[in-house]
Amino acid sequence: MRQVGEFPVQWTGKSPFAVVLAVLALLALAPPALAAAPQTSVSEIEGEVMCPICGTLLELAESPQAERERVLVKRLIAEGKDESEVKDALVAQYGPAVLALPEGKGFDLSAYLVPAIGFLVAAVALAFGVARWRRASRSSRADVGRTEPPDEDDAKRLEADLARYDL
Amino acid sequence: MSARAFLAFLAVCAVVGLLGFGLLNKGEAKIAVGDPVPDKVLPVLGGPGRGSIADYRGSWVLVNLWASWCVPCRQEAPVLDRFARRYRKRGVAVLGINVQDNSDDALAFLRENDVRYPQLRSIGDERSAAFGSTGVPENFLVDPGGRLALIWRGPVDEAFLRKQVVPIVDGRS
Repeated sequence: MRQVGEFPVQWTGKSPFAVVLAVLALLALAPPALAAAPQTSVSEIEGEVMCPICGTLLELAESPQAERERVLVKRLIAEGKDESEVKDALVAQYGPAVLALPEGKGFDLSAYLVPAIGFLVAAVALAFGVARWRRASRSSRADVGRTEPPDEDDAKRLEADLARYDL
Repeated sequence: MSARAFLAFLAVCAVVGLLGFGLLNKGEAKIAVGDPVPDKVLPVLGGPGRGSIADYRGSWVLVNLWASWCVPCRQEAPVLDRFARRYRKRGVAVLGINVQDNSDDALAFLRENDVRYPQLRSIGDERSAAFGSTGVPENFLVDPGGRLALIWRGPVDEAFLRKQVVPIVDGRS
């Protein structure tokens, strides 16, 4: 009678071979199975491509053209294409305007470069501005405690004014 | 002018330039009767080779911009096909340009509607923009010299072809 925790299978001389064969068979079947598995989803693609006629993201579009584009996306995914392959196929069919984000080459590169350059310029301008403001603030604070004695004319006028209001 | 003012001036010029470039790029072409037809060598839909409207120089050609998802295009395709067969001997051709579509759907459309006249394919809306197109279908009659003789932004039917197109190609208007 088997005890609790005891291994349930009696290993015979042939069993290790059977296990190795089974593992090899599984490994042989794995690549086709992986290839058939969808590598992206319709909802993922829909959020990243446009319906070119509607001028909106495909996920928001309901026109007949958008429906046909959606069918094409589903078919490409069913064929096992990954995200970039689906996008390439859509560009081949509808042109680069189908991509929600412009491609990072040619003039489209400016869509990424201009904001980055603008941000850098703004950051540098801000840093210079803050540095200047801090310098100005320090010098004005230093001026607060420093008082020059009045010259002779001012001293006389001050004395006269004070004498006039001396009650 | 101080260096700071010059830099500010340059920045303003850059922004205005970018805005102007964007607006000009978005602008659609305006075409009119008498203008040379906007033309470009395009791939043949569903087949090898390339073609253009210029291939029909010397003949009248009715250029039809269409897409498979467009319902009126489905209604006018058989009309255009009959017109193409009837007027071929009189030196009139019909040329379809498939726009804003995917090629599999476009080819299925041609099979379902038994369309036989030649077809080119424009990827994206580049050709639509060149024709100042506002939708599909649109039709453009091009004279043998390659100039626009008629612009019709909508579907055609038998009556339209008989009353508007035939008199022009027959030299009656």
